[in-house]
Amino acid sequence: MRRLGGALLAIVVVAVLGVAVVFWLNRNDDLEFAAVATSPADVAATVARGEYLVRAGSCFGCHTEPGGVPYAGGRAIETPFGVVHAPNLTPDATGLARWTSDDFWRALHNGRARDGRLLYPAFPYPNYTRLARADSDAMFAYLQSLAPVAKQNRAHALRFPFDQQAALAVWRALFFRPERFALDPAQSPQWNRGAYLVETLGHCNACHSRRNVFGATAGPLDLAGGLIPIQNWYAPSLHDDREAGVGDWPEREVVALLQSGVSARATVQGPMAEVVARSTRYLSDSDLAAMAAYLRALPAIERGEPPSAEAAAAPSERGAKLYADRCANCHGARGEGVSGAYPALAGNRAVAISPPANLVHIVLRGGFAPTTSGNPRPFGMPPFATVLSDRDVADVLSFIRASWGQRAPAVSPLEVSRYRGAAAR
Amino acid sequence: MSLVLATAALAGAVRAAPFEDTIAQRVLACTGCHGEQGRAGPDGYYPRLAGKPAGYLFNQLRNFRDERRHYELMNGLLALLDDAYLHEIAAYFAALDVPYPPPAAPLASAELRERGEALVRRGDPARSVPACTQCHGDAMTGRPPFIPGLLGLPRDYLNAQLGAWRNGQRRAIAPDCMAQVARSLAPEEIGAVSAWLAAQPVPAHSQPAGDAGASLPIPCGGLAPPIASAAGGAGR
Repeated sequence: MRRLGGALLAIVVVAVLGVAVVFWLNRNDDLEFAAVATSPADVAATVARGEYLVRAGSCFGCHTEPGGVPYAGGRAIETPFGVVHAPNLTPDATGLARWTSDDFWRALHNGRARDGRLLYPAFPYPNYTRLARADSDAMFAYLQSLAPVAKQNRAHALRFPFDQQAALAVWRALFFRPERFALDPAQSPQWNRGAYLVETLGHCNACHSRRNVFGATAGPLDLAGGLIPIQNWYAPSLHDDREAGVGDWPEREVVALLQSGVSARATVQGPMAEVVARSTRYLSDSDLAAMAAYLRALPAIERGEPPSAEAAAAPSERGAKLYADRCANCHGARGEGVSGAYPALAGNRAVAISPPANLVHIVLRGGFAPTTSGNPRPFGMPPFATVLSDRDVADVLSFIRASWGQRAPAVSPLEVSRYRGAAAR
Repeated sequence: MSLVLATAALAGAVRAAPFEDTIAQRVLACTGCHGEQGRAGPDGYYPRLAGKPAGYLFNQLRNFRDERRHYELMNGLLALLDDAYLHEIAAYFAALDVPYPPPAAPLASAELRERGEALVRRGDPARSVPACTQCHGDAMTGRPPFIPGLLGLPRDYLNAQLGAWRNGQRRAIAPDCMAQVARSLAPEEIGAVSAWLAAQPVPAHSQPAGDAGASLPIPCGGLAPPIASAAGGAGR
């Protein structure tokens, strides 16, 4: 009996200690930077810099509803744990009117709201935590300069236990610490600027890395690619030149892709098209060059061996016929495409990536590259969702993946069905 | 059957002329479903674009982009296109003058079509339902630049659009006059209006006519859209 009591006591002590550690880790706010006082003469420049940084941080994409007032929130972000609704960032009582720059910094750096609530990491504070305090203040000054929009925040709709602050506290204890961005003295100032933009503001790893079962990434340095949850687009690896690595690209082509959405070697589609349209097209040439320098210098990591010839799809007659009927007029009988208009499919690394999620989405939904100043009148591809069956899509993609010297694995109708989702039927 | 027809049309559109850098080439993504030159898809669900008023087409492109209208494929295609390009696309299709096919043989009863014609031409003053012709013109060929014609549209399409306005699936810039009209009609009245309209031939080379400045029976937000609206989705 006494031994049982002792064991019970030990369990209680361990539990209390565990709760204390989780609590301490979550309250351990890093607030030692004080806001830098800004003279009125600097305010306009600060607001302009803040607008630039807010764009670089891709805040628009989540904090604006389609057709809604910019930054007034309301967009539903679907996650594997339920729906998170992005809040209103305008200086209305329903938004950030009562916030101070200290509150805003705490949200970005520590992931906690003004009232102390823990914030869900759909808000990429695991990246923003490394923002410079001066940048946070400028972003806040810009948001406070917007016209106030009265728009109540919508409550998140997360499943139990993910809707509990205690569960979030445990998640944070496991996967989040406030951090500062540290310059790497071994690298050039340009590389360091690129690292800051890619790892911190741009939060590129939010898509370009794999998430574990708790939805956590391996950290902002991991850009090795991953399937984006719910959206089911594959964000290709930036470490692998067979996927989206740019180690062998000239700098100007990386800049062109991020600035205009098109380059000689690629066209952005899907979620990356949104990133270009909402964020990177607004960045300065020098910042884009810095991002290019950083991305070009990423360590090369190959995802396994190239697929063997046996695994490659056998080009079926059915696939060849579908290609001739549906695709060849624009993409060419030999997959050569039309320069500046329709991407070549022969020798196009995006065609060979596994999983083939993006190919399926593009065939089913079609798409335009985003309108940008460098590409104001993009060409488009029609959606085929209503006219091609899962088997049709699988056959034509398998044909493309096994033609013109390509040796990528076949696509099955089951895969097409999985990526098609309920909406595009 | 409709799938087979759509397949044939799509293949036809894709087997177009050799590459030329034209706006027609740039909107192949549209004509894949809406038919060559935007003359309408074969199955009644993809409406004609050719010859519709440019302002109307521009408003619909924006309504899809900004998700006031809901059709996932359209929403996705337009999500990242800015107003300037949507203007160009709208103007291109508006300027096309391609012949209309003869109307489909009427399937509805004569009684239903009579009820439809009465609503189209006279409305129902007792319930303050305006006649279609009050805004869309006596010839129902529309009024530039924002009010579309009502002829040459399939019955299924008309039913679907009026139904969508009635239940809030299709929206326009507020005040949403067509939502108000559609909500004041009973479902069988919508069916009657669609049946009669779809059975009318389109006058040859019909152009939108009438005085765009003439007053309308109810206010419509789509007639004077703020072009550089702060609410624009793309381009920021």
